[in-house]
Amino acid sequence: MSLASKKEEELGLSSYYNNKTTILQEARVFNESPISPRKCRALLTRIVYLLYIGENFGTQEATTLFFGTTKLFQHKDSALRQMVYLAIKELALTAEDVIMVTSSIMKDMQPNSEVIYRPNAIRALCRIIDPSMVQGVERFFKAAIVDRTPSISSAALVSSYHLFPAAKDVVKRWVNEAQEAVNAKSSTGLFSVSSGGSYLGFGSSSTSNSGYSPMPSTSFVTQYHALGLLYLIRRQDRMAVTKMIQQLGGGKSGAGTVLKNPMALCMLIRYAAKVMEEDPNVQKQMFDILEGWLRHKSDMVNFEAARAICEMKGATAGQLTRSIAVLQLFLSSPKATLKFAATRTLAALALTHPASVATCNVDLENLISDSNRSVATYAITTLLKTGNEASVDRLMKQITGFMSEISDEFKVIIVDAIRSLCLKFPTKHVAMLGFLSGVLRDEGGYDFKRAVVEAIFDMIKFIGDSKEQALSHLCEFIEDCEFTKLSVRILHLLGLEGPKALHPAKYIRFIYNRVVLENATVRAAAVSSLAKFGVIDDVKLQKSISVLLNRCLDDVDDEVRDRAALYLRVIREPPLAVTYVKDDSTYSLAALEAKLVAYVNNPEASAQPFDTSSIPKVSRQQAAQEVTRPSSLDTIGAPLAQKSSPTPPPPSAEETRSSYASQIAEVPELASYGPVLNSSAKPTQLTESETEYQVSCVKHIFREHVVFQFNISNTLPDTVLEQVSVIMQPSADSGLTEDFIIPIPTLSPATSPGIVYVSFTRDAPEVYAMASFQCLLKFISKEVDPGTGEPEEEGYEDEYQLEEVELSAGGDYIVPSYANFSADWDRMRGASAATETFALSAMESIQAACDSIIEILGMEALGGSQTATSTTVHTMQLSGLLTGGGGKILVRCRMTFARGQGVTLEVGVRAEKPEACDLVLSAIGG
Amino acid sequence: MGLSVSSLWGSLTSLVAWGKDKDVRILMLGLDSAGKTTILYRLQIGEVVSTIPTIGFNVETVQYKTIKFQVWDLGGQSSIRPYWRCYFPNTSAIIYVIDSSDHARMQTSREELLTMLSEEELTGVPLLVFCNKQDVVGALKPEEISEQLGLAGGEKSREWSVRGSCALKGEGLEEGLDWLVNAIQK
Repeated sequence: MSLASKKEEELGLSSYYNNKTTILQEARVFNESPISPRKCRALLTRIVYLLYIGENFGTQEATTLFFGTTKLFQHKDSALRQMVYLAIKELALTAEDVIMVTSSIMKDMQPNSEVIYRPNAIRALCRIIDPSMVQGVERFFKAAIVDRTPSISSAALVSSYHLFPAAKDVVKRWVNEAQEAVNAKSSTGLFSVSSGGSYLGFGSSSTSNSGYSPMPSTSFVTQYHALGLLYLIRRQDRMAVTKMIQQLGGGKSGAGTVLKNPMALCMLIRYAAKVMEEDPNVQKQMFDILEGWLRHKSDMVNFEAARAICEMKGATAGQLTRSIAVLQLFLSSPKATLKFAATRTLAALALTHPASVATCNVDLENLISDSNRSVATYAITTLLKTGNEASVDRLMKQITGFMSEISDEFKVIIVDAIRSLCLKFPTKHVAMLGFLSGVLRDEGGYDFKRAVVEAIFDMIKFIGDSKEQALSHLCEFIEDCEFTKLSVRILHLLGLEGPKALHPAKYIRFIYNRVVLENATVRAAAVSSLAKFGVIDDVKLQKSISVLLNRCLDDVDDEVRDRAALYLRVIREPPLAVTYVKDDSTYSLAALEAKLVAYVNNPEASAQPFDTSSIPKVSRQQAAQEVTRPSSLDTIGAPLAQKSSPTPPPPSAEETRSSYASQIAEVPELASYGPVLNSSAKPTQLTESETEYQVSCVKHIFREHVVFQFNISNTLPDTVLEQVSVIMQPSADSGLTEDFIIPIPTLSPATSPGIVYVSFTRDAPEVYAMASFQCLLKFISKEVDPGTGEPEEEGYEDEYQLEEVELSAGGDYIVPSYANFSADWDRMRGASAATETFALSAMESIQAACDSIIEILGMEALGGSQTATSTTVHTMQLSGLLTGGGGKILVRCRMTFARGQGVTLEVGVRAEKPEACDLVLSAIGG
Repeated sequence: MGLSVSSLWGSLTSLVAWGKDKDVRILMLGLDSAGKTTILYRLQIGEVVSTIPTIGFNVETVQYKTIKFQVWDLGGQSSIRPYWRCYFPNTSAIIYVIDSSDHARMQTSREELLTMLSEEELTGVPLLVFCNKQDVVGALKPEEISEQLGLAGGEKSREWSVRGSCALKGEGLEEGLDWLVNAIQK
């Protein structure tokens, strides 16, 4: 848009001339007779120009122009026809009834029409065609894909690529033609590349039926297009892709490949990298092929192969050597693009393999002063990661020199490098903190400032010596900080760290300044921060804080006033301070959210106050980890450096639970069961991962029912399963009665996974029934007719044995929850308690016993007690919640170990309900 | 007779002079599978080509004797008929093609014809109706079709003629064009 407005200023007249209204007026020229090709072409150019700079034509306007344009098919001028096609392709997006040019375009696609028309016509056709009509043009496309003229073949391949999403089944049948186009026999047949003057080979062909000699291609770009289409058709089938890569890869040295187009080779390398990542079994094979390409004659291919190897998961230093050597060569290339590509890849690699990258240090040093600042930035950050302590000061000085010349994006890269450097060389913290506080004063956007602030946060957290200094830099920063979010975070940190500092009082002035000067959000954060100073044991300070908070009671903003009032009360009553300010645990937010949503949505529940006791608690530390867990959005947008990290961490147990809850709410049969008390944290796999039917099980506990949710995937492409159900046979005396099974009517790979629900009634809801179940998958299997895509009439019944499902205490009835063990243990002295001793003779160590107890009970170990510090005596403290509002459970496991006797375990349980004690003891005893 | 030949000749020569700076634009319309595309290519290259239903239109320059016609053959499927009007401006003549053997849709064909003729942009434009497929057994004769169309008496504002034709054999097409040239010239 800015481009357009800039243009307008420069060319005053042209803005009138290239105005939409003027053009719509002038479109009359299309109706003239005879047609003036020159005038029409000029007008079409202006239409296309307007569309390219972002001008919007209304549907009516576009349609009028479109129909006007179609009239130009009467003229045979080839330059005009090309322009007509360009305009049609653009207008087809907004105009209506574009189908009207179909016949005209198809005529231009015919083998006997002029060669210049054909590719244009093919490309336009794919924009206007209806998916149902693709079958009708199949013959044209098949012929065009293998046409000896590269422009026609390319056009057909690219158009097929675009048609694929709409007409998968038809385009899939063109795979042989695409394969032929990859092999590029037709364009090499007459004009082999090895002959020097091949591109001058006009007139040497007279076999072309239109008398036109096909333009020989020296770029072989058709191969690139063909490869793209082949991959699109085969990408669901990893075996086929692997085979294709091997076939086209040209053996170990890469010399035997038919691919002559470097872009096609680059694509092939990317496919190979993807296959390698998905299937570790072929890694060796693919790696050999990739290494062969390091010696290809094209830079582009060398780089792509080197990068693929550098980004390979679990690459060893030995495997990397040769690709690093290739990149090193690029570092001294005169081409800026090569230098940039190489430094960027090395910078990313330096995170994981600093020692391997260090071989390039000499070349990287030369690039620090490169006139291209992007190259210099990457060179320096790479050096920071690979360098030793001695070189840090010199590099920092260098960076400071050009920090003001680079964009924010690169500044962030540098700050991130410094951040990791701080942690690597803590002794250098003075220089680095100096640098960070310096850049904090510079101009910069939010992302940059956030990166700096986070780097300083890290230093405060991990380098104790730097804390005081860093905090005072942050104090200074918030005095003049335009970003509310950053101010709030810094104030929060000051609240946490300030009271622990040597002279807490010196931070108060900075915080109170915010109350006076800033917007309401920052003021509220400042009030909370101040209050944290008020609860430390310093009477004088407490008094001053109270004075300050009292002033905040007059604030214009509700939130600020409320917080001030709350904290004033808290400061006056120390027991409250322990609960509200000093408490180091918090509710698991995802679980809290889910419960609150359920509470709000259930009109009957509002008679009761909201019950917080059933929500698991987590410590502040865990909550902080939760926050730093990258959201899926971050993972996608992450720069190269993070891309190579393994798959994003799975969602937390709480998140899966709340998503199950909404899934179940949609099943009408389960609506009357009430709220879900607990769902399994993660599905249990009941089949091997490579079988044709994959089944996993999730258990949902309701007040009076247990529902088993089976996620079933059918991986057989040509088979549809009907009436899929799971038959569950509980062990004797389970205390459960089967209600019903909700089967899946039909299950194909496309609709997988489907869900079967099996519901049981808990005969006595107050008893926590434990049982194991034999499971059998039953279904009717039907073949799919490849021609019609419809399943055949006749199928056969089949069964498939699944692994057993257990309903047990840990995970199903008890969920982990954080607690302050010693305080709560004492407090629950009066509640129900039980103690029992077990001899675990099979246990070979105390650690093994700890691990299995945690697994059986599914409770949270507190204070690091899950790791045995001694081999003979250990005490483990566990905390959990009984689902469905059953209250807290605390377990103290005292263990001794003696060779020959195994582990002797004394379990002490204190719980709010007696059933809970029984449940724990029976779980361990069973 | 002599007079008419010489007047035809005169009209042709004047048309040639006039055609130099202006194309003679002819619309060929009619229901689907009436034979429009076959007639078009029969006129252009003198051969019978295999055709598929026209989605949209075909436009070809037809050299008839010394005159260049630009013939627009618009698809006749009901979904495409609404777009005929987009191509009405600057039309010198209309050729309307009827499948003489399609008794069932004769009425539909008549309605489409009359609707089109009532368009303002086509006022006074000469109309030639080809009663095509005369070789088919049971085909209606041009006179019978003319009767059914009811142009006689109703249509006074334009020149019109209803003629039999057979595009496969090439019969009746040239005679029709001769009439059309004459009518346009008037």
